[in-house]
Amino acid sequence: MSRLLDVNNLKVNFKTYGGEVKAVRDVSFHVDKGEVVAIVGESGSGKSVTVQTIMGLIPMPPGIIKGGSIKFQGKEILGVSKRELRKVKGSKIGMIFQDPMTSLNPTMIVGKQIAEGVIAHQKLSKKEAKIKAIEMLKLVGIPNAEERYNQYPHEFSGGMRQRAMIAIALACNPELLIADEPTTALDVTIQAQVLELMKDIQKKTDTAIILITHDLGVVAETAQRVIVMYGGMMVESGTVYELFENPRHPYTWGLLNSIPDVEGPEKKKLIPIEGSPPDLFSPPKGCPFAPRCKFAMDICVEEMPGNFEIGEGHLAKCWLNDSRAPKVEQVFAREEEKAIAAGSEK
Amino acid sequence: MYIVKRFITMLVTIWVIASLTFLIMKLIPGDPFASDADVLPEEVVENMRAKYNLDEPIPVQYVLYLKNLAMLDLGPSIQSETRTVNDLLAAGFPASATLGIQAIIVALIFGLLLGIIAALNHNKFLDYASMVFAIVGISVPSFILAPLLINFFAVKWGILPVASWGSFQHSVLPTLALAVTPLAVVARFMRSSMLEVMNQNYIKTADAKGLSSFKIVVSHGIRNAILPVVSFIGPLFVALITGTFVIEKIFAIPGIGKYFVDSIFNRDYPVIMGTTVFFSTILVVTLFLIDISYRFIDPRIKLTSKGD
Repeated sequence: MSRLLDVNNLKVNFKTYGGEVKAVRDVSFHVDKGEVVAIVGESGSGKSVTVQTIMGLIPMPPGIIKGGSIKFQGKEILGVSKRELRKVKGSKIGMIFQDPMTSLNPTMIVGKQIAEGVIAHQKLSKKEAKIKAIEMLKLVGIPNAEERYNQYPHEFSGGMRQRAMIAIALACNPELLIADEPTTALDVTIQAQVLELMKDIQKKTDTAIILITHDLGVVAETAQRVIVMYGGMMVESGTVYELFENPRHPYTWGLLNSIPDVEGPEKKKLIPIEGSPPDLFSPPKGCPFAPRCKFAMDICVEEMPGNFEIGEGHLAKCWLNDSRAPKVEQVFAREEEKAIAAGSEK
Repeated sequence: MYIVKRFITMLVTIWVIASLTFLIMKLIPGDPFASDADVLPEEVVENMRAKYNLDEPIPVQYVLYLKNLAMLDLGPSIQSETRTVNDLLAAGFPASATLGIQAIIVALIFGLLLGIIAALNHNKFLDYASMVFAIVGISVPSFILAPLLINFFAVKWGILPVASWGSFQHSVLPTLALAVTPLAVVARFMRSSMLEVMNQNYIKTADAKGLSSFKIVVSHGIRNAILPVVSFIGPLFVALITGTFVIEKIFAIPGIGKYFVDSIFNRDYPVIMGTTVFFSTILVVTLFLIDISYRFIDPRIKLTSKGD
């Protein structure tokens, strides 16, 4: 499989009145052609900033790129001119945002919003662009596409608006689609439809997808690889199978444990991850998760763990994977038993 | 249906304004002949009062006045005996309107431009420069600006005529003097509105499509930002085209601005009433047109006769 996107040691800060927020601290990952990569992590972990940096959507100021590189199809796109970046964004990388209610221009008909991207990138006439836009509306499953072309966003429902957003993002047949929490603002039933649509299109067009989500269920169903982010860093990454079967970072354990079990016979209490995320104005010098980690050792507070390679492509940034640390499996098994015991007591 | 209902509301509004003006006018002590009463024989004053129906009881005067108004007759001017209020307005309005329209065009074009430039360069030099200019524009009164303009453009450099009315050259300086304050107000409004719009998610969407910055501003920014500006253009427009006392006085322009002030001092009842009704009619009609224009700017606004 060929490499589509390569992000290396990306660091992004934001200048605020209170000082500089280190929103993304040394993130490296890659996306191959036709692959679905999920990025999970809580709010403020740097997921959105990472992908918006790829698209050059971070307002500067207050944003500052502190370092790193982003290569798309082997070409550096970080720090290139706006004009240079425009050749890529919209045409080779499409993006869908979280809130379809506010992501469409309320004073422009939906069709035109799809067509204008096509006009900007492919040398098409207005008429051809309109045909393409209607075709896109049909592709994303909007009935009466010809009629809908001339409607304004307020005449669309939330789910349809997100479909229209997908149509905008895919109008130029991009190689990569970045979906920044595409279903968070939608009803659960509509969420399923939109995800189904994305999976469907992914199969048809072989577009690679970076999917940002809170929903681990979605990850398991759609992605091939997962990146777990915490405190502006990548704490664990690997294939979906590896990560769900053999998670090696306590934060990942916490995320997996916090999935509510709706199929079990008894009602279980939700298991939260105690504590709150680190202050990114002055991030701790050790592991950012250490203060919330039940397994934290002395070294965790003192020194930043490196990336421990667990298996092929499976990395975990946690000292527990060091050969000198107590066996992770044992600790985890003990912890799991305790959790189950605690759950069944209730 | 909406338009019919709005039209009726407009008539009622004008009637209310006319009635209130009539009432307030009658509450001010004295009458047009108060100063003449000392010099002229009583019979003469009585005759004059009778000529203008001032000897009738106030309700009768009111009914007479409304009747004339309904026939678009604003009555005779008391001050200038040979001319009716209609004549006065017809003679002065073209100059005032020309000046006002020119001023509003200048104010809109440069105000919007300045506001957009300021917003796009938020917290940078151009932003600060524009806003300093805007604050100066709002703070400096036109009666200071006008002599300054005359001093430089007309007296020192001799490029433009000092005053009076006639050719387009004559209108340049008064237009500038009149336009500066509304220009500054428009710029400030447009700046804050544009700043808000440029932070909206749909601007990010447009950016992610790979559109050029110019295209983003023009086809996604301005149309959304202009709505709050449009809503105060109405009153501004009316205030400008119905003449301004100060500018017309300084540049000796035969407009209608002076009647608004002179008529009060002279107790020239028909002129007070005439100018007021004239002003409010234009205002009400303009506001109506602005309301309709919203529909074209923002498709979410529907024109219905109900509140929702």
